[in-house]
Amino acid sequence: MIVSLDAFDLALAALLVVLNAILSRRLGLALERPLLVAATRTAVQLFLVGFVIKALFALQSPLWTGLMALVMILAAGYEVLARQSRRFTGVWAYGLGTLSVAAGAGLVTLLALSVVVQPEPWYQPRYAVPLLGMVLGNAMTAISLALDSLVTSANRERAAIEARLALGADRATAMRSVAHQALRTGLMPIINAMSAAGIIALPGMMTGQILAGADPVEAVKYQILIMFLIAGGTGIGVFLAVTIGARRLSDQRHRLRLDRLRAAE
Amino acid sequence: MLTARNLAVNGIVPCDIHLDAGECVTLSGASGSGKSLVLRALADLDPHDGDIALDGEAQSVTPAPTWRRQVAYLASEPGWWEDRIAPHFPDDEAVAPWLGALGLSPTLLAQTVATASTGERQRLALIRTLLLEPRVLLLDEPTSGLDDEAAGRVEVVLGERLAAGTAILLVTHDRRLAERMGQRHLRIAGGVLA
Repeated sequence: MIVSLDAFDLALAALLVVLNAILSRRLGLALERPLLVAATRTAVQLFLVGFVIKALFALQSPLWTGLMALVMILAAGYEVLARQSRRFTGVWAYGLGTLSVAAGAGLVTLLALSVVVQPEPWYQPRYAVPLLGMVLGNAMTAISLALDSLVTSANRERAAIEARLALGADRATAMRSVAHQALRTGLMPIINAMSAAGIIALPGMMTGQILAGADPVEAVKYQILIMFLIAGGTGIGVFLAVTIGARRLSDQRHRLRLDRLRAAE
Repeated sequence: MLTARNLAVNGIVPCDIHLDAGECVTLSGASGSGKSLVLRALADLDPHDGDIALDGEAQSVTPAPTWRRQVAYLASEPGWWEDRIAPHFPDDEAVAPWLGALGLSPTLLAQTVATASTGERQRLALIRTLLLEPRVLLLDEPTSGLDDEAAGRVEVVLGERLAAGTAILLVTHDRRLAERMGQRHLRIAGGVLA
């Protein structure tokens, strides 16, 4: 039923990337190298993960599946860190993003596996790994955006925050508008994705299931579930990141502590 | 009233500062010498060492917001957190007499922060701080963006506060203002406050 792709099919598609590279060369954009490197990375990384997941499916072991989940979460935490223009000092730089991503995506995935989808056994990697991956990827983007917004606007709004503190506001009040802006920034992408789903964009997972021969309505149900899981995981993660981040940017004496950030790179 | 012992902030040798009720002390020194850092430490806006107390009540045991309403710091370039001016004040009625005293238009509150001039914003920020009725005012160049007439009005208003028992620590580059207002003069040079 599924049309299997062979190497020749992928090579044909790869020609499109090469075409882009040639165009970049002609126009002097200097994008041909990054483009080809990225395309190669896509192929290598996806093949590797394909084999890893295949092995996981064969093993059906909670230990190995858990290990895979841990690696995914740590990698997502690193990506959050890599996208910050100003990082927190010390362990907070990596810790805050990783904690938020882990809590948001982890909780929601566990909920989905134990209550909603209920595969047998519940840790079955065929469900656990893709579900976690999709929630993690989206939570990661949202938390990166929210944290970046928080520290950037705390820096920019320093005079305003300190004016409020100097007038006797507590730190939560003084940081409120900056924190709210960060929360909005973090939640905007999933709101946009849910609004656009099916009209402007056919979500990738659903498209994939349909291509793989699934009933479109079944695919849609899964996609709706995924969207809601992403919204939930993103919300928890962004809320944690912004709340803890805002507290870390201030101290118990209600001072703004921008010295807990490193200079912009 | 306000005492600081062994006050140590970045780059300044630990020093003692004392302010009495109704007293104005001026603080001068080159740009970057740390004048603002001293004011900020007294308001507890920066981490610092030393014992600061207001009427014997230690800063470290007073909740920071409570402390700052009594020992109020006004930055040289005060910030604004709303687009319009009015939401920065508790209520319009309390502001009205101050507007007149400082030569500001009564319609100013209806404007946005962006349309107010530097001098207008500076005086509005002073009003915002005065409305707290603090015991100590820590003023960082309160007249720097003002013409002589407006600066004179600020001086009058501050004189009234002094007469009412408020203590003022005034950072200013205006030597004549410092001489007219200050009963004592402190100077920071080379990291030493004297």
